[in-house]
Amino acid sequence: MAEKKSCMKEFTKGLLRENPTMRLVLGTCPTLAVTTSVVNAIGMGLAATVVLICSNVAISALRKVIPSKVRIPAYIVIIASFVTIVQMIVKAFLPVLDESLGIFLPLIVVNCIILGRAEAFASKNPVLLSAADGLGMGLGFTAALFCMGAVREILGAGTFLAGIKDLVNIGGFNGFDFSDTLANIGLAPITIFILPAGGFFFFGIIMALTNKIASGKGLPKAELHGCEHCPMAASCSRSTLKEDAQ
Amino acid sequence: MSDTNKILTVSASPHVKSNDTTQRIMLDVVLALVPAGIAGCVIFGMRALLVIALCIGFSVLFEFLSRKIMKRSNTLGDLSAVVTGLLLAYNIPVLDLAKFDGKLWKATVMTVLLCAVGSFFAIVVTKQFFGGLGQNFANPAIVGRIVLLVSFPSAMTAFTAPRQAVDAITTATPLGILSDGSLFDRAGDISAQISSLSADGYLPDLLSMLVGVKGGCIGEVSGILLILGGCYLLMRRVISPAIHVAFVGTVAVFMLIASRGSLPFVAYEILGGGLLLGAIFMATDYTTSPITLKGKIIFGIGCGIVCSVIRLFCSMAEGVSYAILLMNIACPLIEMATKPRPFGVEKEKKAKKEEKTA
Repeated sequence: MAEKKSCMKEFTKGLLRENPTMRLVLGTCPTLAVTTSVVNAIGMGLAATVVLICSNVAISALRKVIPSKVRIPAYIVIIASFVTIVQMIVKAFLPVLDESLGIFLPLIVVNCIILGRAEAFASKNPVLLSAADGLGMGLGFTAALFCMGAVREILGAGTFLAGIKDLVNIGGFNGFDFSDTLANIGLAPITIFILPAGGFFFFGIIMALTNKIASGKGLPKAELHGCEHCPMAASCSRSTLKEDAQ
Repeated sequence: MSDTNKILTVSASPHVKSNDTTQRIMLDVVLALVPAGIAGCVIFGMRALLVIALCIGFSVLFEFLSRKIMKRSNTLGDLSAVVTGLLLAYNIPVLDLAKFDGKLWKATVMTVLLCAVGSFFAIVVTKQFFGGLGQNFANPAIVGRIVLLVSFPSAMTAFTAPRQAVDAITTATPLGILSDGSLFDRAGDISAQISSLSADGYLPDLLSMLVGVKGGCIGEVSGILLILGGCYLLMRRVISPAIHVAFVGTVAVFMLIASRGSLPFVAYEILGGGLLLGAIFMATDYTTSPITLKGKIIFGIGCGIVCSVIRLFCSMAEGVSYAILLMNIACPLIEMATKPRPFGVEKEKKAKKEEKTA
């Protein structure tokens, strides 16, 4: 019973309190790059979630076997295998999605969320907890991508869920398209939102909002360890500067 | 002795204060900008006035709302939002009806969207998100213009022809014609080509360029009135001449070299587009330009180089706003490099050398 409760806790923390993109600021590269449309965002989020659950389970199961000195290469090998599997499945069944995600699908290998959870959680916790953690983090990532994708697609392209038919076929429904309606009254979508500049600016706003909501609920700030915990501390200029000052 | 009864204030420096307030400075800028705006309204008709009113209205509204929502003090009184709105309006063209099926209401709806989006990015994103007046990383109106230019490329280049030109409805700006006409590819003297273009009626003559009877954004067309406004600001000592003289001078030198010494080409490049508006009113923004004279000159020359390179080598006809934005971002670096040496303190290098010899 005790384990089940904490399983739930590990699952829910990824949704808001430790949301990977909004609170831990991990995996920002795919967040900015693929959120130009909702369909891309969902596809990316789900692919990353699958990889995250599988790699968390595998790494957690092998945590006592992997020597700590070579753990990062070992993690990368495990993660890369799952990414390859996911990539092949997407290529086979959702070729359009594969084309629009492009390089960002194989790049899930180096996504900091996955390596970060492996290092910070799966390598120290039992299998079931790690699976719950992976699922929560993955869904949190997907939700964040969905929010960004929805706003950027509606404002920047004048469509919503465009191309959903390639992801799932719901009675031939292929998303909403407002651009013709807009053109009829002389308007045009605000293109900057689907460009990188708009992505950065909107990412900043949504991150601030999430922090505001989280702190309004009395949730503690995402825990950040000091410089001494950082593996780069020996060569980092900030920590050496601090030493000099002392 | 009555003096001994006076309460004397003991305080740290500065002891000498001027009577300038933010409000007074902003009012001066508004006054300096008004003539060019009137010229815009005369040249493009009353729809120009609508753009100006909308931009100022939206800017003031967004300033008020964002300060209110962020629970900060109300800053409408310092007039900075009015200046931003005015500058933004001067950077928007009166939309050409031909691009909107000739329907006035469609063009008006688009105008409202342009003004609202531009003001939002200028006031809320560039200024208030970074902490308000004095904290913005770039000139708000410049960011507003660039966002509009990137978002609505077709609307932002739908220039109406001036009312005085009878035969044309849609028009390209003189800069567009000059950069479009592959002037440098054709054989023959550039000055001669320009005068033949102007004789055929493709290019306005130099007098119309100076007065402002040409295609372009509302506030940028009337060169002479912008210069007049600049002179007023110089006289009131609101701005110092370093930045805009360096900016325009650098562009002039570049264009003179590029056109192999054609003075008419240089004149068209200086009077065309937003160079005068940008150099006099936007590059000289206090928050986003260096403090020292040396820094100001570097800043102006940098603006001039970026602007000339964009105008000469890029597919865009105009590069003033990008030039100012880039140099705005480089401004902290310029400040660092041109930090003045306090009196009596030796230069670091020199001090190190002496250390070595000793």
